[in-house]
Amino acid sequence: MAEYKSFEITPEVVAEHGFKPEEYENILKIMGRIPTYVELGIFSAMWSEHCSYKHSKPTLGKFPHRGKYVIQGPGENAGIIDTGTDLAVAFKIESHNHPSAVEPFQGAATGVGGILRDVFTMGARPVASCNSLRFGSLDSANTHRLLPGVVKGIAFYGNCVGVPTVAGETVFEDTYEENCLVNAMTIGIVEKKKIIKAVASGVGNSVMYIGALTGRDGIHGATFASAELTEETREKRSSVQVADPFMEKLLLEATLELIDENVMVAIQDMGAAGLTSSGTEMAYRGGVGIELDMDRVPQREKNMNAYEIMLSESQERMCLVAKKGKEKQIEKILNKWGLHAVVIGRVIKKPRLVIWEKGKIVADIPVAPLADSKHPLFPLKKQKGIKPAYLKDKSINIDPESMPVDDDPEGSLKKLMGSPNVASKSNIWEQYDHMVQTATVTLPGSDAAVIDVKNRDFMIATSVDCNGRYVYLDPYKGGMIAIAESARNVSCSGAEPVAFTNCLNFGNPEDPEIFWQFEQAVKGMSDAATVLKTPVISGNVSFYNEGKKGAIYPTPTVGMVGYIFGKEKRYARQYFKEQGDVIFLVGETKNEIGASEYLKVVRGEIAGPVPDINMKTEAAVQKIVRKGIKAGLIKSAHDISKGGLAVALAECCITGTLHGDRAIGALVELQSDIRPDALLFGETQSRIIVTCGKDNARVFRKMAAKDKVVLSEIGKVGGNRLIVHVDWSSQSKCRNINVTTEELIRLWSTGVNKYV
Amino acid sequence: MAKVKIFVTLKDDVLDPQGKTVKFALDKMGYRDIDTVRIGKYIEIETRGSGGKELKKEIDEICDKLLANPNIEKYTFSIE
Amino acid sequence: MVKYGVVVFPGSNCDRDCFWAAHDMMGQKAEFIWHESKSIDKYDVIIIPGGFSYGDYLRAGAIARFARVMDNIHTFAGKRNKLVFGICNGFQILLESQLLPGAMLTNKTLKFICKYTNLQVENNSTPFTSECSREQILRIPIAHQEGNYYCDEKTLNSLVKNDQVVFRYCDEKGNIDDSTNPNGSLYNIAGICNKRRNVLGMMPHPERAMTERLGSTDGAFIFRSITEYVKKSL
Repeated sequence: MAEYKSFEITPEVVAEHGFKPEEYENILKIMGRIPTYVELGIFSAMWSEHCSYKHSKPTLGKFPHRGKYVIQGPGENAGIIDTGTDLAVAFKIESHNHPSAVEPFQGAATGVGGILRDVFTMGARPVASCNSLRFGSLDSANTHRLLPGVVKGIAFYGNCVGVPTVAGETVFEDTYEENCLVNAMTIGIVEKKKIIKAVASGVGNSVMYIGALTGRDGIHGATFASAELTEETREKRSSVQVADPFMEKLLLEATLELIDENVMVAIQDMGAAGLTSSGTEMAYRGGVGIELDMDRVPQREKNMNAYEIMLSESQERMCLVAKKGKEKQIEKILNKWGLHAVVIGRVIKKPRLVIWEKGKIVADIPVAPLADSKHPLFPLKKQKGIKPAYLKDKSINIDPESMPVDDDPEGSLKKLMGSPNVASKSNIWEQYDHMVQTATVTLPGSDAAVIDVKNRDFMIATSVDCNGRYVYLDPYKGGMIAIAESARNVSCSGAEPVAFTNCLNFGNPEDPEIFWQFEQAVKGMSDAATVLKTPVISGNVSFYNEGKKGAIYPTPTVGMVGYIFGKEKRYARQYFKEQGDVIFLVGETKNEIGASEYLKVVRGEIAGPVPDINMKTEAAVQKIVRKGIKAGLIKSAHDISKGGLAVALAECCITGTLHGDRAIGALVELQSDIRPDALLFGETQSRIIVTCGKDNARVFRKMAAKDKVVLSEIGKVGGNRLIVHVDWSSQSKCRNINVTTEELIRLWSTGVNKYV
Repeated sequence: MAKVKIFVTLKDDVLDPQGKTVKFALDKMGYRDIDTVRIGKYIEIETRGSGGKELKKEIDEICDKLLANPNIEKYTFSIE
Repeated sequence: MVKYGVVVFPGSNCDRDCFWAAHDMMGQKAEFIWHESKSIDKYDVIIIPGGFSYGDYLRAGAIARFARVMDNIHTFAGKRNKLVFGICNGFQILLESQLLPGAMLTNKTLKFICKYTNLQVENNSTPFTSECSREQILRIPIAHQEGNYYCDEKTLNSLVKNDQVVFRYCDEKGNIDDSTNPNGSLYNIAGICNKRRNVLGMMPHPERAMTERLGSTDGAFIFRSITEYVKKSL
């Protein structure tokens, strides 16, 4: 064993690598000696929260992750679900929050690149990307720096690679001021027989390196992602990697060709912790070891040492295990795409990660304690959460009775339409190529994106959602609603929700109050997903999202994926279609106004209670809408969420313009004993606005009655104004909304777009 | 060994939206004496070839053929 | 059957879409042509598709122009009854190769723009537009960052005089002005052809407007025109 002479392992060096004292004790036990500097670096990367999930793993185990569609659950580069044909669908969501907060363009771009690689290393051709972005206030200088940079970065990368960015959400809340969230998701399609996994096998098989050269960029990126952003980490700009989407496109095509030619045993992206994690994880999954020679690793910079090479997070690189004797063929395919493939090591029998440099071994570590969370010396954190103090405070919930009733609902609607979280984001998504691959059926800005699958009898629908404010005010219910709403959006397109991926963005998990939020949110999500029969198949946890004022709102972003089956491929878009169509409200409005966008925008209050949710009702509401669409009865379906019924109606009137259709008005009559502001702007869950042609309305009404789903006819489509009459039983005075679609479009399309 | 420093910019009569935007920003920041901003590319070439006329000819050729688009761009260079 | 060849450069990303439009939608023969390919004479139509050839590093289309296949496309374009069709990045490559006059600047908004646009057919007597009526309005999406067409005044005058301006950006009623110009293109130019009318470049993507489900079928007018033209000349 050669010593890494220039670096002595002092307590300071140990601390710099982010180890807790007991963790370093474990290292000493595992190694039976003082580790080398390279070994210390490898432990530090593998045991960082980002790679090890040491704080989250026990909790994550509670998610449902089995089901009839699941081919590959969590633990691989990406999860995979069946389609009932020769094809399967791979997808995953991942965060790139901290890199984006430091350098928005490169941070967001490399985030997109990483998730694309996770999907195509499963053998899947990426067919769609989505994203979920969160920034501070729309007025803040930091948002003005971050937002355009992040959007440009996503566009730069996705557009070049040729994967359409079809859906997403952009949310503005003060809580994200210093710690923006950039979550990127990719969906790919793979022939089932060509699925490949990152499991090394075959002692003696070559380990090969393909893609870009290794530089010093991003060393300790994984550790960086696992620490709070401080002034000091902001200075660590060298931790930010530079994106090369052209290289990615070549890698994508070359990888898919390698898979077609059946020349590999395994392949994995060099993502967080680079060669260290891809080598270790492939070896661990295969129950083998891997031996790597640093001198053979293609390098971009001069005089790099083993430590730097093992921890570099240079982008657009992958590590593969070749089938015996296929090295030359692999090289040839890579050369065709102008790339190189280099043998850098081999699979060995003893399950260890062995690193050579200049003819000497500089690291030799058993693989299991690096990667196996069940290993006794793995630094798994067993924690107990404590209910946060803020949730025990009475002021967390508002008493609606103490609020005067809104006497200007029209003014409130107008305010909401132009407000940051409701207004159109078209200036954002028009910067993304959302139509390449000629399969985008429903454009961004809709409840769910619908992607056609050519020459097969199904389409894919997807939606990315989370209401962080709900989760903050009530982590359990908020978690449930995140699942329910994303599934509802997918159902509104006519698709059956099948499985989801999640990106769990939270604060510092070492804080028991944050950990409580985490546990509760996961529990809520799990309970909701169990009822909807939508297991989780992949995901990522991002902790340490904090600024000077503390943690962000807990934000467990959900990326739900569903299928529209059938030769006719019947689907629905969210906007009203024709004069005379009947408007139904599916579901029941309750007297709820807490946690709403209305409270924040119009009343300046951020307070609960978060709306209730009954998952049985939710499932029934979604099911009847899917049935109605499949039967061809429903012309449009739109989920009611931020801004409540009134905003949803307004969106139904005007969002046709995005698809080249015209705006159209509606006349709506509401009779209720609920106070008008709660009725119009409350965010009661499990509600969908649908329209039917006159004849079909009767049939759909019967269908709903048979399934015992509450359905009320609330008006008719037509004209060029949205008119809502509210007949409030407890007071005779009528409160009305009467506004032209033109006015609604003006407010809605300028609120955010003027800043982008 | 010679180092060639090449600057490619848009021709004067071609609108440069990037330059215009930067000029606008500088105005807003209070730099009022600035008349124009033009944005271009800087390209550095290290060559084993010897300097002199031949190299100049070669660089001209490289610029005309690839580095600049004569329809919209012009270039200058220096050899060290 | 008409033989379409779709060129694939490193970084092309609309190659499969163009193949789909010609093969699946038009029911014609289609093949991919690798950028190092020499033999392209068997094709009737060469499509240079959209994407980011060579990452669009340096300038969109600047490097692709030197690919081996481009020499052959120059010869190909000089032959009788052979068509060359550049879409988006393909149009940029045709400009860089001087198969068409002019150049592309960054969009006036400095941003990538992906959205539906309306195009007015200015010349319907080309092999690419014969199935359109004159002044027909086509709804076809754009997706580019460098689509701001530029040429000097002399070139523009000659383009107009020779009826080489094939498509101009307009609104749904056919009004052509600054407000209907998405990227700052000179004279609202969205597509031009050469004097012989057998080379066409356009920024909008007709291959993305081939079915109702995708929002428009107007792109099919162009593919139908090409197919009919070649059939007649066979």
